[in-house]
Amino acid sequence: MSTVQSAQKTRRPRRAALLGRHPVGILLAAPYAVFLAAIFAYPLGLAVWISFHDYFFAAPTATVDRPFVGFENYTAVLSDPEVRQSFLNVSKFLIINVPLTVALSLVLATALNSAIRGRTFLRISYYVPYVTASVALVGVWLFLFSSGGLVNEVLGPLAPDPSWLVNSGLAMPVIAVFVTWKQLGFFILLYLAALQAVPKELYESASMDGASAVRSFWHVTVPGVRQATTVVVILAIITGANLFTEPYLLTNGGGPNGASTSPVLLMYQKGIEQGSPDTASAIGVILVIGVLLISLVNRKLLERD
Amino acid sequence: MRTKVMTATLSVLALGLTAACGGDAGTGSDGAATSTGPIKIWLSNNPEEIAWGEAMVKEWNADNPDQEVTAQEIPAGKTSEEVIGAAITAGNAPCLVFNTSPAAVPQFQKQGGLVALDSFEGGKAYVEERSGDVAAQYQSPDGQYFQIPWKSNPVMIFYNKDLMKKAGVDPENPPLSTHDEFLETSRKVVDSGAAQAAIWPAPSSEFFQSWFDFYPLYAAETGGQQLVEDGESTFASEAGASVADMWATMYEEGLAQKELYNGDSFGDQKAAMSIVGPWAIKVYGESVNWGVAPVPTSAGTSAEETFTFSDAKNIGLYSACENQGTAFEVLKFATSEEQDGQLLELTGQMPLREDLQGTYSEFFDKNPDYTTFADQASRTVEVPNVPNSIEIWQTFRDAYSASVIFGKQPVEEALSEAADEVTSLAGQS
Repeated sequence: MSTVQSAQKTRRPRRAALLGRHPVGILLAAPYAVFLAAIFAYPLGLAVWISFHDYFFAAPTATVDRPFVGFENYTAVLSDPEVRQSFLNVSKFLIINVPLTVALSLVLATALNSAIRGRTFLRISYYVPYVTASVALVGVWLFLFSSGGLVNEVLGPLAPDPSWLVNSGLAMPVIAVFVTWKQLGFFILLYLAALQAVPKELYESASMDGASAVRSFWHVTVPGVRQATTVVVILAIITGANLFTEPYLLTNGGGPNGASTSPVLLMYQKGIEQGSPDTASAIGVILVIGVLLISLVNRKLLERD
Repeated sequence: MRTKVMTATLSVLALGLTAACGGDAGTGSDGAATSTGPIKIWLSNNPEEIAWGEAMVKEWNADNPDQEVTAQEIPAGKTSEEVIGAAITAGNAPCLVFNTSPAAVPQFQKQGGLVALDSFEGGKAYVEERSGDVAAQYQSPDGQYFQIPWKSNPVMIFYNKDLMKKAGVDPENPPLSTHDEFLETSRKVVDSGAAQAAIWPAPSSEFFQSWFDFYPLYAAETGGQQLVEDGESTFASEAGASVADMWATMYEEGLAQKELYNGDSFGDQKAAMSIVGPWAIKVYGESVNWGVAPVPTSAGTSAEETFTFSDAKNIGLYSACENQGTAFEVLKFATSEEQDGQLLELTGQMPLREDLQGTYSEFFDKNPDYTTFADQASRTVEVPNVPNSIEIWQTFRDAYSASVIFGKQPVEEALSEAADEVTSLAGQS
């Protein structure tokens, strides 16, 4: 009897170490873990593998040779001026889009958090572009920003020449503003949630100390939503680095003359259109590493006390 | 925490590597080539071709109940080529696709997705007898036919007579023969305010856009030269520069627009001319008072000697097909004299067969508008059938955009750099 009990005692900690204190948790988390493995981990791992091989898509019945080529694909893409241009373009995009997203969404969330007239209407209004299909929104922006569009009509002689979407200096900024506007609703929602956690007492204390609304915003709101800012910045960087639809549709395939080509658009051209998934994967892996590094640096900077 | 992140990352990579290394290719089944039975085919998604395809399938099925053909439109995608490429990789491509772009054929062949028609008894002879000399342009570098030349849409200059008249140009015989005449007529159209642009080819950077601005004029200028011949690019030449310079002038002077028109610029009368195939007769026949002219050359080549781009779509027989014997018979049935006649009647597109006007004289007597295009169909240039075909066209388009459309680089320098790159790509396997 005592031998059985001691065996059970030794078995329990081992099982606990292996399965945790609540093994049923593994069962509950398993479907999502499987989803992650199948939809994210497998393609990512496969992309890394492809990027080190001379790889092309082939029919299942075809016998093909896919030799290991080391860093050849990476050398090829890094020495390609088109690829370098695309990374420069997306950097321009991020420099405009990320600060603009953070600033506008925080200010608007703060405004929408206060008791203003038509608050619900405004909250919905900001969210509508986020849930509307990009294709439909692009149609509206084409109407606004094309040569004979509404914006140029209003600007008259002040309209840029060449016009917005065919101007190599303006195409990417227009896309950055478009994406900021489209995604603003989602980020406002994040900040609104974070603002509920900022203690009201802090605002009352600041007010009693004679702080103005602006000082209160800088010294209470901004530090109070720092965690949310980290999330907003990282998400904006990730979605921005994956830019595809807007240059594909708004500037017709990364125009003018490649000024708005993004790395993901190039991946599509090389991987799908031109049948070179190996070089496309190399671009993808470089992009993932770049996004990870920028996100880590941002996290370090934003989360420090 | 750091260890957990590292473990997770390594697990992700290991999972992918395991899966990747496990995905070895197999071998095809040899019996499929003679096997008969039901097959699936894909049709292009324009209404006229679907009508033709459904009628053709109905006729076949009535005579061959044991080898039933099921037709459907090509599934939706950004381009047909993408969808077909994905189907090849997935192993579920249909037996026949009646919309195979010649530019994509080298890639599909490399993927192991196509069956050489030469492998069927009498396959090669059938292709060559039906299409004559033009068939040679559709051979792969190793001399095989991985596509049957099916139909072409030889492109020409379509013009709006009313807008020409408004611009003070003779609407019945507008001067469009030489590059200089084309430019002068274009200036009159724009300066008079008759239209916003003289012509509005898509200035966007998709690889295929050069087929509808540079390439037809280049084919005419060179008397039928392809972009790549014998593994060498051909366009860094006097002829290439002449055509590119003409277009550069069009963009520089605002006679062609640098911004994509979101709609049909010719149909909306925003442009007085358009580069189109015979399909345009059905599309604009009622709504536009139109005329047609061959594409211009620097010297003003006569219409009977002018070449142009074919804009052909062909039929491919795909390796995933289990009943290839039936597929080959359906292919021959669909490209028979009778079915080609039906195609011409219903779609206005030109079957790629010899003596088109003689074979279908009744149709052309009844529809004289199509005669000009039918005559042009005998002098067409196809995209070169070379490795890395799409990448070659994208390389060319990028150079053309930078120099001709946006003027960021001298034309000759851009063509010369692109020519070296294209020759290098054409030489790779």
